[in-house]
Amino acid sequence: MAASVAVNQSTAPGAAAKGAVSIRNVTKVYDPEGVNVMAVDDCSMEIAAGEVCMVVGPSGCGKTTLLNAIAGFHSITAGEIHLDGELLCGPDKPLAEQGADRVVVFQNGALFPWKTLRDNVAYGPLVRGQLSKRDALDKAAQMLADVGLAEFAEKYPGEVSSGMARRAEIVRALINDPKVLLLDEPYRAMDELTKSIMHEALLEMYDRTRVTMFFITHDLEEAIFLGDRVVVMTTRPCRTKKIVDVNIPRPRDYHLLSSEAFRLLVEEASEAVHEEALKAFTAGERELA
Amino acid sequence: MLNNGQGASLGVRAGRMPMFMARIYRRLSATGPYFTLLGLVLWVGTWWLLCEVFSVPRFEKMPGPVVVLSELFSPQPFLGVSVFTEEYYAHMWASCRRIFFAFCIATGVGVPLGLFMGWSRKFRDYTFPILEILRPIPILAWVPLAILMFKGFESPVIFLATLASLYVSTLNTLLGVDSIDESYFRAAGCLGSKPHHIFWHVVVPGALPFMFTGLQISIGVAWFSLVAAEMVSGDWGLGYLIVDAYMNNVTVPMVIGMITLGFVGWFTSVLVRIVGDRMMQWRTRALAMENR
Repeated sequence: MAASVAVNQSTAPGAAAKGAVSIRNVTKVYDPEGVNVMAVDDCSMEIAAGEVCMVVGPSGCGKTTLLNAIAGFHSITAGEIHLDGELLCGPDKPLAEQGADRVVVFQNGALFPWKTLRDNVAYGPLVRGQLSKRDALDKAAQMLADVGLAEFAEKYPGEVSSGMARRAEIVRALINDPKVLLLDEPYRAMDELTKSIMHEALLEMYDRTRVTMFFITHDLEEAIFLGDRVVVMTTRPCRTKKIVDVNIPRPRDYHLLSSEAFRLLVEEASEAVHEEALKAFTAGERELA
Repeated sequence: MLNNGQGASLGVRAGRMPMFMARIYRRLSATGPYFTLLGLVLWVGTWWLLCEVFSVPRFEKMPGPVVVLSELFSPQPFLGVSVFTEEYYAHMWASCRRIFFAFCIATGVGVPLGLFMGWSRKFRDYTFPILEILRPIPILAWVPLAILMFKGFESPVIFLATLASLYVSTLNTLLGVDSIDESYFRAAGCLGSKPHHIFWHVVVPGALPFMFTGLQISIGVAWFSLVAAEMVSGDWGLGYLIVDAYMNNVTVPMVIGMITLGFVGWFTSVLVRIVGDRMMQWRTRALAMENR
């Protein structure tokens, strides 16, 4: 398992040595009005530096809770989360501090609609005082041009397609040189054609930066196409059910989608996913009855 | 088919014209303005028929549009005010100046108040109940206190107009902050923002759409309460013109005052909207893309 990750990394020059996330026995109990809801139960996961870790599980299983705990949006009830050996949150500090070393790309997109794409991208370095205004704007324009958005840099998010907006949002994250990118179903609302273009663009960005990714999705094909590893989660409370290693070398392109190796991996993972989805479905029915 | 053919030939004709002609042509070929004109004609026509042609009971004492308009545009007005008298503009100017001060004070106090209330839970807990208790008190109930508290004619009137529009701008700004999607706060947080960055880059711009809706209502409310206040105190202003005409039992200047109020009020509200569109290019452009 560890070897496969190492192989993947060795194929790319300049492999990142940062962004190892260690999730140890994390439990999260929500307590709205005295009704304990266990969202995450004793969940452990190791994400290597520079790895693309895809997290798949039924709706409402607690994947997002895990992401929110890493990002510092929500506290955890028990366990610890470390980033590169440093404690993010644990028993004495249930809520991690928010920081630009862990940037989130949101499900519905969260580019500021009142800023142009360029101002959005320049925002992080500017507020942290990392770059002067001029340098930040120059760098933002450069990075947008790198992903083919040069002529849209002065447009507002409401004026560009959702695919472009999402791409700009990933650029807004990457300009901060984060240790880990946290993606919460970023391509959920997109049609298949746009999705495949987005996937290739993301892979290209990954090949350049080798940033660690914690990527939540429902889409198994997306998970296997993009990931080094696919972690299948159980239905609530969320635990690791199965880990599928994706031993497909990078760089990858869409031809992979029709290969035998790809089909076999999807088959392997889908059984586990289907089982949990079924459990989640019947549990949902019981709750309603 | 026929329609398509016609549309195409019209397009070609417009294409050959100079730029400004084409623009006028497009204006004239849009249906909107004609409907507006038609609505206006129907409304004034009904008024005319009721009052001047048929003199329907209860309407026969009301001045009709012909009487009002001929007085409004007469160089020697029979009853005092017309567009040719200085007095008319003095009344208008007095009201506009008061509205200007009242609206500026209400916006200057109400918008920051609303922003802070939306941003800080604690600040809202302190201030919101007070606002909610003061808000239902009608402006007219404040008149005696305003006269006691402030000297002269101007300041009590401005105070009353300010008070009414203050509530509207505060509440709408607060609502604007509440309307901002949580993910923008989170995104700003994980990009390394300090609280003051979040205030200036998320809270303020995010609240703008609701804020400007509020400011448009607020300037309207300022006009309501201004006129009420002018009716009670003062010797100039459109409100005073109306109540003075009523006291003297002449209806024509009264209606002139009302119509003037309507137009001036509409104009101020359009001004606020133009400023809002200027400040929210991101929204104006996105809406334009959706053809709205």
